[in-house]
Amino acid sequence: MTTTDAGAPGSTTNRFESVQSVRDALRDVNYLADEGIAGVAYLADRLSKPVLVEGPAGTGKTQLAKSIAEITDARLIRLQCYEGLDESKALYEWNYKKQLLRIQTERGEQGEDWTEIKDDIFSDEFLLTRPLLEAITATDPVVLLIDEVDRVEVETEALLLEILSDYQVSIPELGTITATQIPLVFLTSNNTRELSEALKRRCLYLHVDYPHLDREKEIVLSKVPDITEHLADQVARIVRSIRQLDLKKAPSVSETLDWARTLMLLNIDNIDEQTAKDTLNVLLKYQTDIAKAAKELSVDD
Amino acid sequence: MLDLLNGFVVELRNAGLPVSLTENLDAMEAVQHIPIEDREAFKYALGATLIKNHAHWRSFETVFEVYFSLRGPEYKLVQDGDDDTDIDELWRELQEQQQQEGQGGAGGMDNLTPEEIAQMLMSALMNGDQGMMRAMAKQSVQRFAGMEPGRPVGGTYYLYRTLRNLDLDGMLEKMMDQARQEADGDLTSLEERLEKEEFEDRIDKFKGEIESEIRRRLVADRGAEAMAKTLRKPLPEDVEFMHASRDEMQALKKSLYPLTRKLAARLARKRRHGRKGPLDFRNTVRHSLSYGGVPAEPKFKYPRPAKPELIVVADISGSVAAFARFTLMLVYAIQNQFSKVRSFVFIDGIDEVTDYFKATEDITEAIHRVNTEADVVWVDGHSDYGHAFEVFWERYGKDIGPKSTVLLLGDARNNYHASQAWVVKEIAQKARHVYWLNPEPRSYWNTGDSIVGEYGTHTDGVYECRNLRQLEAFVEKLA
Repeated sequence: MTTTDAGAPGSTTNRFESVQSVRDALRDVNYLADEGIAGVAYLADRLSKPVLVEGPAGTGKTQLAKSIAEITDARLIRLQCYEGLDESKALYEWNYKKQLLRIQTERGEQGEDWTEIKDDIFSDEFLLTRPLLEAITATDPVVLLIDEVDRVEVETEALLLEILSDYQVSIPELGTITATQIPLVFLTSNNTRELSEALKRRCLYLHVDYPHLDREKEIVLSKVPDITEHLADQVARIVRSIRQLDLKKAPSVSETLDWARTLMLLNIDNIDEQTAKDTLNVLLKYQTDIAKAAKELSVDD
Repeated sequence: MLDLLNGFVVELRNAGLPVSLTENLDAMEAVQHIPIEDREAFKYALGATLIKNHAHWRSFETVFEVYFSLRGPEYKLVQDGDDDTDIDELWRELQEQQQQEGQGGAGGMDNLTPEEIAQMLMSALMNGDQGMMRAMAKQSVQRFAGMEPGRPVGGTYYLYRTLRNLDLDGMLEKMMDQARQEADGDLTSLEERLEKEEFEDRIDKFKGEIESEIRRRLVADRGAEAMAKTLRKPLPEDVEFMHASRDEMQALKKSLYPLTRKLAARLARKRRHGRKGPLDFRNTVRHSLSYGGVPAEPKFKYPRPAKPELIVVADISGSVAAFARFTLMLVYAIQNQFSKVRSFVFIDGIDEVTDYFKATEDITEAIHRVNTEADVVWVDGHSDYGHAFEVFWERYGKDIGPKSTVLLLGDARNNYHASQAWVVKEIAQKARHVYWLNPEPRSYWNTGDSIVGEYGTHTDGVYECRNLRQLEAFVEKLA
């Protein structure tokens, strides 16, 4: 791996020096990134573009954003998406109770005319910032995480477009608020629906899949304290074997970790068929899947 | 560099990947930050900016390999050069070893006997030595593929020739034997399974190395543009059901599951949203009582569209079997969008297979049972739509009602039997809708023994469903 020339034109906010440095830093906070993950994180910084992270559930998409926040010493601002999310929950809202109070206190006194009050009640003081606006206006370094963006309706996606491409928010009464510094933005999606072209176009795309055998083993070793090399190896191999089956829901990385922890608690240091079968319910969450895996693991072929 | 990237993007578009202008610009900017010498990082940089759908990644990778693996010296990637020297060194070392062992082979690598090569390959695979495996791939291609410059043969031919000489299946057996010996005694079945998977994985990797080696040589021979064209792979959703290879079938199956999930989510959303109803006066008044007679909470009568009852009648004879299978899988994956799904399969006899799907949650297993257990052969096992329809009408015709939607699947190649198109007409009169899905390209319809037109006149529409994209579009319209 070679380092690039630092200080590319126009980019004043270089957080990372090279792809390798991203990878090393992530490793220090116990996030084992592969080439693709580190590369895209590095590019996101250099190109000042948001990253759309897709992949099966439980492969560490959200964790990536958290870890990036940790290594850049930034505050993580998280917007959890859900159906029915709207402007007032994602961008900003006028604190109308406070506005009412303001108007009422003015009522007694004469002399102040309407335009003055109007200018007054539509000012920063009465603005409630929501995650997106907060990320834009923050003066300290922040990482914005827009979690499970595939859950919002197609129409609501449009809310995100302005902030993603120009890092600004337009508020009719106040004008346009532009970001003081460009935050790193991560959007995660479980791919339950196709995101709109407009959104995808504005992002870098990263697909996080189940890790390879070696990486999964490393993850187990780093996340489960005191686990032996041998057990971690076995865990990773069996999980890989199970993932190759045609299942409703393949075991995720977090389930692998749960399983490894379970085995540690049970003081097992060598997995044989019986222990594997007895603890399968930690890995798999559907009865049909469990039955299938149990059958497959015991068949001698 | 600019030209190279442009050519690359054009080729991506030719391969059917949607690359917009802004994405192209992003890629241009991205490559300024990533040195081209760093192959992997460079690939991911291009991928992150140009490819926004994981299903397209494979096609992207192929094009990338062709374009950047080997070009003229001005594009020659540094890493490749490094690899070459590594491999040469390895070879030298190996030869020295062998000379020391007194096994001959003094005249360079070409003098190795096939047995020796097999031996070396096996030790490389056993140890999982990447560099060694790459070297072996290179050597095997050189020896066994018999590549001749300018010969107009596809890469698969060379691949086949190489693999035939290597006998990798036999290799797997031998490796398992050796693993058993090393374990001193019997492996438990779990251990055995894990070992086997490990070896299979390594062999797959080795095959990949061979493939890319062949590709490299072909590109060197014919140039990237020509190769890109021959290696172009259709996207999974564009693969034709009727001509899919085994690998493509696998890819199709994989992309079917996320597709059904998306489809189900979309349909559920469609159902929930966009409902407008008139004021429900009664209900509003009733609720107003809790506000002292003030109708504070208006109630509306939302339309509740009835879910259709679906009857699928599918031809599962050889040529269209894959299509029937995918349609059944898709329909059953979103079956909660229908009030009831019944399915029938036929070749020249017809059989109901609804129970197979009811008995298990596992659609693949049900499909397997359909293929093996359903009683669909009447006389000779050649498609006879006429007879199948006649029997269908006799036995199940009474179950078709005004709520049913009937899907007829097949290419309507009737082997010149009587068409019995009156059955379709009768069905159309009783059912809400009748659709015919044909996996053949439209231009083939009504040629030879295809009589889709004869049936089609009685249906509400005949649809061409050659690939997943068309099938998805139809099913969405249906629910």
